[in-house]
Amino acid sequence: MKPAPFGYHRPATIAEAVALLDALQDDVKVLAGGQSLVPLMNFRLSVPAELVDINGIAELTGHDVTGDVLRLGALTRHHELERSATVRGAAPLLALAAPYIGHPQIRSMGTLGGSLSHADPAAELPGIMLALDARMVAASARGERIVPAAEFFVSHFTTALEPDELLTAVEVPVAAERTGHAFLEVAARYGDFALVGAGAAVTVDEDGAITEARIGCTSVAPTPVRAAAAEELLRGATPDADVLAEVERVVAGALEPTPELKASAAYKRRTAGVLVARAVRQAWREAGGDMRGEEAA
Amino acid sequence: MSELSIQHSTRNAADERQRGGSVTHTVKLTVNGVEREVAVEPRMLLADTLRQQCGLTGTHIGCEQGVCGACTVLVDGLPARSCLLFTVAVAGREIETVESLENPDGSLNSLQQSFQDHHGLQCGFCTAGILMSLTALFREEPSPDETTVRDQVQGHLCRCTGYQQLVEAAMAESGRNAQVTR
Repeated sequence: MKPAPFGYHRPATIAEAVALLDALQDDVKVLAGGQSLVPLMNFRLSVPAELVDINGIAELTGHDVTGDVLRLGALTRHHELERSATVRGAAPLLALAAPYIGHPQIRSMGTLGGSLSHADPAAELPGIMLALDARMVAASARGERIVPAAEFFVSHFTTALEPDELLTAVEVPVAAERTGHAFLEVAARYGDFALVGAGAAVTVDEDGAITEARIGCTSVAPTPVRAAAAEELLRGATPDADVLAEVERVVAGALEPTPELKASAAYKRRTAGVLVARAVRQAWREAGGDMRGEEAA
Repeated sequence: MSELSIQHSTRNAADERQRGGSVTHTVKLTVNGVEREVAVEPRMLLADTLRQQCGLTGTHIGCEQGVCGACTVLVDGLPARSCLLFTVAVAGREIETVESLENPDGSLNSLQQSFQDHHGLQCGFCTAGILMSLTALFREEPSPDETTVRDQVQGHLCRCTGYQQLVEAAMAESGRNAQVTR
């Protein structure tokens, strides 16, 4: 239960880090918060020859809003997402999902960039980034490129990042006016990996009708899944019981979940439908859609 | 399959020197207010450094995979699992372990005493980690409610208490703090 030996590098800048990734390409891993990588190394399931520790790179820390974009450095810790007033204001879904990530000790150290690059299908943040149409900023010795979230997640633990690339930041569009948010999850135990998770951002017009819905599901496929059919169905609608039943049906019908020990494919399909419908309803009410409050009970 | 894994392990042994296995780094860190300098291989985990090199065996190692929470210490004031941190990666940072909690005269501090009073531990293996997580919480929020306390200890496994008594111990501390601040 001890990691195999490795060479350790601690660059101070992004330029130094990508130069190292370029030089060591074959057998190198990036160490960010280490909350997924180090357990794998302790088990020797991951045996990298070299480790590039990016925790000393100040350029990768911090987050701020410029215009209508929230830019989050890759080293933003989960507990920052949980507590930052800036994040809560600009991208409430991130703040709502953060308490579901692991446990407090994991959130102290775990990073946004690490979670996204690791691309665990059960992780919370990838699904949200997909729903929000976030843009991933990837740097390498060859330069910088932007990868849309829709193209970033390729499969289990696999992203569009090349071996010599480092995820340096994530750009998230600031939530529009009259948008409500909800994130829901079912896990076997509190703090465990999600069996199914769903996040929704719902924007309404003056009359409470939905102008835009963004829905991301986690832990239902090798990648996070956007509930595009449900989003389409909700545009222009008011989520009454009939509409929500249809949302539930459409979401469940579109999924081909991978069964796991604690949740069959059928369970995941059904639960995803229910969670999405609940999240949409909750987000819609938070957006101010339920103006008459007639269904408040 | 077996052939593959044999090749793999042979390669590991052969490459060990090149892989930086024998390279030792000198790392300075502050442990319980005392500045320490330790010589470590990069793969040395903070939990092992604390126990083996600093002699601070109050930090217990349970699962070594970031699940049980027994090895929780504070890093710059935040709870973290010391089995998931490489010592070399926490150079310059401030580490606090359970040994830092006692009163200056060596008696138990009020949270520790509360654990004793409420039977918040039995075998004690998980206790050090739980105390550190709760210490971080009480610094930020001296008088938390029960939901917050339960939230804070969610990343700890305890096989003796069923959690109830350790939550009671924490709530007693919370109640005392509420009276002090009033």
